[in-house]
Amino acid sequence: MSRFRVAVHIVPRRGLLDPQGKAVTDALRTLGFAAVRDVHVGRHVIVEMDAADSTAAERSTRDMCQKLLANPVIEDFEIASVSTL
Amino acid sequence: MKFGIVTFPASNCDYDAYHAVVDALGEEAVYLWHKDHDLRGSDVIILPGGFSYGDYLRVGAIARFSPIMREVVAHAERGAPVMGFCNGFQIMCEAGLLPGALLRNASLRFVCEPVRLRVENADTPFTNRYARGQLITIPIAHGDGRYTADAETLARIEGEGRVVFRYVGGPGDADEWWSPNGSMNAIAGIVSAAGNVLGMMPHPERAVDDLLGSSDGIGVFESILSRVAA
Repeated sequence: MSRFRVAVHIVPRRGLLDPQGKAVTDALRTLGFAAVRDVHVGRHVIVEMDAADSTAAERSTRDMCQKLLANPVIEDFEIASVSTL
Repeated sequence: MKFGIVTFPASNCDYDAYHAVVDALGEEAVYLWHKDHDLRGSDVIILPGGFSYGDYLRVGAIARFSPIMREVVAHAERGAPVMGFCNGFQIMCEAGLLPGALLRNASLRFVCEPVRLRVENADTPFTNRYARGQLITIPIAHGDGRYTADAETLARIEGEGRVVFRYVGGPGDADEWWSPNGSMNAIAGIVSAAGNVLGMMPHPERAVDDLLGSSDGIGVFESILSRVAA
């Protein structure tokens, strides 16, 4: 067993109304960042865990996302990184 | 009839529900602690409003793991009545008792005001004391009430008559759909496929005294009483 740190990005599902992202988009434009087209605000979750290898750590984290960390009705997730601790 | 009212950490409408059941309806109510494993003989379960577990992760996401929820889900699966108001509705969606999810209000603002609802289906255990199409006024108080579901789910619950309350009362036409939170189809409350689980964002338990603005919410409690007693 080794110890891993798995980072997960969870973002609002594409196509759903994202008022928070829109508010931040508007604020950035107000600040002069006229090139900004779209912003989505989500969550970044870091899981530290023991696993046989990085593949197992990623698989297990994916399972956690489906069962708790993300809500599949409204959110998409992606494993951003898996690193050894 | 005995109502069991679940208290989660940071539930704050449990007493309102108790008041509605005991003082307005004249029935028996017990508080059920979230760590309990026993519904103590309750006929009807109420998941009250509040901010259970500080809304950590997502609204309602952690409360569904409370020990009492296993019994609540079993109660619902037996076909017995369960109702959730506000945070209770959010918990039900997370627990899979009802389809869809409640997202941040489109305005990004917490909205606390009386709203007008139209009773869309008066043939449920929770609405049989109303008439179909009846307009009622019940308060809302939430920041995450935007009902959201995928297109297929939305079509199914609409087709099956499971949307029981809809927000109406837009600036132009009093009968027009108008959502204070951006809910799809202006949905305010739905029931499960079997019809014994109700989730709604508005607070009927806070609308049981004319003195406090409206008693339109008492119909929800009277409906379930007449159904279970029958």
